[in-house]
Order: sequence, then C-alpha cells, then structure tokens
Amino acid sequence: MEIPYSIKEREDTGLINSKLGIWIFLASEIMLFGGLFSAYIFLRIAAPPGDFDYWASKLSVPMATVNTMVLISSSVSMVMAWASLKLNDFSKYKIYLGITILCSAIFMVIKYFEYTSKFSHDIFPSSSTFMAIYFTLTGLHGLHILGGVFVMLYFYLPVSHKLWHDQPEHFTNRIEVLGLYWHFVDLVWIFLFPVLYLL
Amino acid sequence: MSSEHSKESIQEHIRVYLMVFGALGVLTVITVLASFLDVSTSEGIFLALIIASVKASLVAGYFMHLISEKSMIISILLLTVFFFFVMIFLPLISYIDHSSI
Repeated sequence: MEIPYSIKEREDTGLINSKLGIWIFLASEIMLFGGLFSAYIFLRIAAPPGDFDYWASKLSVPMATVNTMVLISSSVSMVMAWASLKLNDFSKYKIYLGITILCSAIFMVIKYFEYTSKFSHDIFPSSSTFMAIYFTLTGLHGLHILGGVFVMLYFYLPVSHKLWHDQPEHFTNRIEVLGLYWHFVDLVWIFLFPVLYLL
Repeated sequence: MSSEHSKESIQEHIRVYLMVFGALGVLTVITVLASFLDVSTSEGIFLALIIASVKASLVAGYFMHLISEKSMIISILLLTVFFFFVMIFLPLISYIDHSSI
C-alpha cells in the first residue's frame, strides 16, 4: 500500500504527512516535559531553603558538560547525515549517522556512570525531592535517547536501505523526520543541564 | 525544510550548521562559567535560562529548520507555547494567591 503524501506535499497543509505528524508529536512532548519542568519549579519553591542547592551539589557538572557537548555533536552529525542524502552521498550519510549513534551511546554510558555513582553513595530517587525530580527528568530523557537510537540503528542497518535505492526522496524525508525528533531530544537537554546541574 | 534545495544551497546550509555548532559549544562553556559568577539565585536562574533559550533557538531555528518552515508548523508551535505557559503560570497564580491568604 502506498503511503499518501510521503514525498509530495499536501495542498492544504503544504507539508508531507510525516512532517506534520512529527511536529504534532513534538508538541505533545513539549507539554510532557513542560509539565515536569513546572513540577520542578513548584517543588523548588516549596523546598526548604538550600535543600535543592545541597542535593544539586552532589551531581557531576564536568560529566554533564561533556554530555552536553556530546549531544550537541550528535545533533550536528544528524543534520549532516540528512544534508548528505540531499547531496546524494549515501556513504557520507552512513558515516554521519554512525557518528550520531556513537555520540548517543557515549551519552548513555556517561549517564550510566553518573547513575551508578549516585547509587554507590546510597543516593536514590527516594533520597530527596530534588533527587526524585532529577531521576524522573533525566530518566525520561534517557528513554527518549534510547528510543531514538533504536530508530537510528534501523536506518543505519541494510534492512532499510532498499527504500533509498527505490525511493531516495522518501528515505531522505524519513531521515529529516528522525532528525527533528533527535534535535528535540537535544533541545530538552539544553534546558535540563542548567536547571538540574548549575542552578 | 520546506522547499526544494539545490546542491549549492545545501552546501551553504552545511556551512551554517558548522557555525551554529561552534556557537552552541561556546554558549555551553559560557553557561558553565556563568554558574561561578557571584550573583543572586534569581539572577543566576535568569542568566542560565537566557543562555539556554538562545541555544534552543539556534537548534530549533537552524537544525530543525524552523527559520524557513511552513506557517502550519509555526501555528502548531505557537498554540503549544501558549498552552505551555498556561500550564506553568496557572499553578503559579494559584500558589501566589494561596500565599497571600
């Protein structure tokens, strides 16, 4: 069955369906993370003075800074992968997508060390209100990273390459949609980093 | 990205992506350095959120191509931003109201 408007833009929206779909999905994601950010603000307002500062000081700023740079790099390589497809250069696309997957793996490994270091010091989500919201926000973000990695792996492996050979424009549009999701995940981290680690 | 692009315009986009990458790196360093400034908590929050907003605008504008996107998407996002602020500020108004009693 042919998926409608996957290459040609719809007359009424001026968009391909997948792009409209991902933006509506991202709008719901803004509300999801927005709700949690809102929860953070009110928990912080209601917390005893200095409580959030005390628990935040137990987090590793250098690790989070490296993770920020890693995620920004992955965002650039993602957009470069899409640009490579636009230039009809499939081998460069594979290199850039590979870099993006590698960066997301590095991000998760650093996150793993961050979490285990907290657990080894008997710091859990139940330890404090700050830690509860910290693990909730970073855990949910981490799940988004994992979800993105699975989709990226699909587009990296040969199983998806038939579409590139049959319908290169359709394949390129799919990568653009994947990229929009990935940049959103990066965007969420851009706010999580200062809010959780630096304030 | 909303319209067809020639190879030259894609090359131009790549140049912009690399510039944005550099800017994001510099802004990340500035965010960390700003956290060491001797300012009040509210000033610190304001500064950090301003820098984060600039970084987010760069990612959304250039990597997500919002700068040249169709009005349909902009409309969806404006509606989302409106409800986002309603979600944030309605409880805040309620909180201030309860505090003043």
